Amino acid sequence: MVTKDLSVSLCGLQLANPVVPASGTFGFGLELADSFDLNVLGGISLKGTTREARFGNPTPRIAECTAGMINSVGLQNPGIEVLVTEKAPALRKVYGGAIIANISGFSIEEYAYNCGRADACPDIDIIEVNVSCPNVHAGGMAFGTDPASAASVTKAVREAVRNKPVFIKLSPNVTDIVSIAKACEDAGADGITLINTLLGMRIDIKKRKPVIANKMGGFSGPAVFPLALRMVYQVAHACSIPVMGCGGVRRAEDVIEMMMAGATAVQVGAENLRNPMACPEIVAALPALMDSLGINSLQEIIGTV
Amino acid sequence: MQKRIFHIESNDAVARDTFRIVLRTDGPVAVRSGQFVDLDIPGYYLRRPISVSDSLPDGVVLYYKVVGEGTKVLSAMAPGAALELLLPLGNGFHPEKCAAEALLIGGGLGAAPLYLLAKELLAAGRKATAVLGFNKADEICLVDELKALGVPVHIATMDGSVGTKGFVTDAIAAAKPAFDRFYTCGPLPMMKAVCAALSAPGEVSLEERMGCGAGFCYGCTVQTASGPRRVCADGPVFDKEEVLW
Repeated sequence: MVTKDLSVSLCGLQLANPVVPASGTFGFGLELADSFDLNVLGGISLKGTTREARFGNPTPRIAECTAGMINSVGLQNPGIEVLVTEKAPALRKVYGGAIIANISGFSIEEYAYNCGRADACPDIDIIEVNVSCPNVHAGGMAFGTDPASAASVTKAVREAVRNKPVFIKLSPNVTDIVSIAKACEDAGADGITLINTLLGMRIDIKKRKPVIANKMGGFSGPAVFPLALRMVYQVAHACSIPVMGCGGVRRAEDVIEMMMAGATAVQVGAENLRNPMACPEIVAALPALMDSLGINSLQEIIGTV
Repeated sequence: MQKRIFHIESNDAVARDTFRIVLRTDGPVAVRSGQFVDLDIPGYYLRRPISVSDSLPDGVVLYYKVVGEGTKVLSAMAPGAALELLLPLGNGFHPEKCAAEALLIGGGLGAAPLYLLAKELLAAGRKATAVLGFNKADEICLVDELKALGVPVHIATMDGSVGTKGFVTDAIAAAKPAFDRFYTCGPLPMMKAVCAALSAPGEVSLEERMGCGAGFCYGCTVQTASGPRRVCADGPVFDKEEVLW
């Protein structure tokens, strides 16, 4: 078998491969350092972080669904200072790939402040701005559901971040994803991550009440893959900035499909929760799959459909 | 944590809606009491976290209750079938912190992890007494197994059909066992009552709906005396003082 080139170029950063665990499904990376060599991953998107530490939502936070799950963690995190002074430096000691800080906020000022702190941290390579969390009442998704708000956050963050690529992570819970993505691009975003989870709900029919304590949560898993792929395709073709595709990816075939739709990197989310080895298994499966498809370089297939 | 394939050696009903499943794998298995496995049931998206009742050189023994569709599918699986497990997960009990005599308090299937704990305590030269609570006689399990280890077992049933009528706290008051440390696993109200009634140091095994089961999704976080803790990775066993009832 010929040697396969799995590397991709993302905003000037060379990733060893396009596989990136999605924010919220991989902790701060070190939680899995004993389970496999993290360095097989192209990048790691860390748990979403706010300015202040947050407990998050009450439990139950998790509901199983057919071909997926709902989560309502509610941005539990230790706060931006712990991210930049403890979590990112600790991960950098064992991991050489792209470290992606996922930043949330409850005001435009908070987004800008948090991103500025992440920009000043030498152990963070990419800043991913979450304007799409469905699990917090104020902020989160509210900033990402119309073009003007998304552009306002992007502009403020862009001014606060001087040194690093800024990706805006978008919500699928909108009527026109392309207009929001283009607004972010016009406001200075370096890239787009999509999709975050879809707002969903389950009811326990024996107890006659919602399974999730917060009633609703973000639905993700293989069931959302076609929807995510469609949005990646639309955004990648409408914008000239790179896209990290995310949503329902569970195997190497899905990575190839996302890249053909236009993704430069591909995030793996819910699958990590049911299979913590999903990402290394996908990376390991890519060369043989590429061979069977006549692909020598992943970079060459981006957006070819 | 490892991901490994096990094969079902046996999978039998031992009480009402309650099954005992013995799983074997290739190579050694090392699990401590209070730890759990996350079991992949074919056709269901998330794994099922189940406490380990006994650790075999090349396997585990689990007890589970059929409460939903997933466990119903599991109960119909035949010997020889393969199951994928993540293990070992969680922190486990601390038998070494018992000075001489332990009291093991289980409610329903909470008795399951206490069996392995009893073996560890006895192997370390400690004594153990068990108090197990069940709703009705047809739910009773693990009593004979604990007695076979030489552990005295006191039973409480809500309907009084076996042992003391009432709660485990009633059975403890009646039996007056000697102990310097207690370990409990079962329904939250039972464990709360136990911790309120007993002044000795104690460990509590919590249960929570989980996502990953291994500490990186933050789906099972509870507030404790020392801040937010993940039941799957920081627990499931906590000192009684940590639990905010």
